[in-house]
Amino acid sequence: MKTKIIPISLIIIFFIIFFIFYKSLQKSNIYMPKNYSEKNIPSFKATIFDTDNEINSVDFFENEKYYLVNIWASWCVPCRDEHSFLMGLKNQKNLNIIGLNYKDVDENAKKFLQELGNPYDINLLDNNGLVAIEWGAYGVPETFVIYDKKIIKRIIGPLNETLSLEIKKLIR
Amino acid sequence: MNYTKYFIIILFFVCNFNLSYASVQDSKNKITKNLRCLICQGQSVYDSDSEFANSLKILVEKKLKEGKNEKEIYDFLKIRYGQWILYEPGFHKNTYFLWLLPILIFIIGGAILFKLFIIKKN
Repeated sequence: MKTKIIPISLIIIFFIIFFIFYKSLQKSNIYMPKNYSEKNIPSFKATIFDTDNEINSVDFFENEKYYLVNIWASWCVPCRDEHSFLMGLKNQKNLNIIGLNYKDVDENAKKFLQELGNPYDINLLDNNGLVAIEWGAYGVPETFVIYDKKIIKRIIGPLNETLSLEIKKLIR
Repeated sequence: MNYTKYFIIILFFVCNFNLSYASVQDSKNKITKNLRCLICQGQSVYDSDSEFANSLKILVEKKLKEGKNEKEIYDFLKIRYGQWILYEPGFHKNTYFLWLLPILIFIIGGAILFKLFIIKKN
């Protein structure tokens, strides 16, 4: 009996390790906090693009209104792809689109908007990426749908046809 | 005598400035080494040069200069990015097993060794 304990425990340990590694194989590396949705909007101050005026997020976002916060940059290639969908959402009456220009050169950002159109009701500046961190963002592009000062949807990566339809449904 | 006095005062300010700067840099390095760069594969914020990591480095330095301590900075980031951003996981219900397993193995292993060598000898 005693001699069997060691091989049996070795086999059990082997299976446990095998199971852990096997499970990890299928695990996605893209991490997103579970309790992210329904979070309050962060409080931050940001300068409005091309002006010296500053806004405070707490006063800026109004209750019972839909907002779309889009983090973008002229150097970001996926932002170019999603721009047409933002232009499509521009016509939605009950939606305010707010841009957050991430680590960009002013001149390039202006050219980008002249070339592809400006979907933003207001554009904010984020020269060092600190405002994006307040939002818990990873980079560009990233989009947040806000209602009643709460984040109701978060999209990491560029918008597409399906996501744009989903947003339209949400704000209906 | 007069000159020595001025010299000491200037030296004091220079050293003080350098020391406070060094302490902010040391804490910044320590904190960023414990932060996972969420968009890189297997790199800490300290090691990475991505836009995300660079922003976090600026943020950590800014918070340290504002007088925030290590724990406050970790808490700030945990709210925004979750527990995953820290390399060293905290002690809570999801990590009890992780933290207690080595102690358990140590105790069980010790008991086995004790039984094998000491009790057998006697």
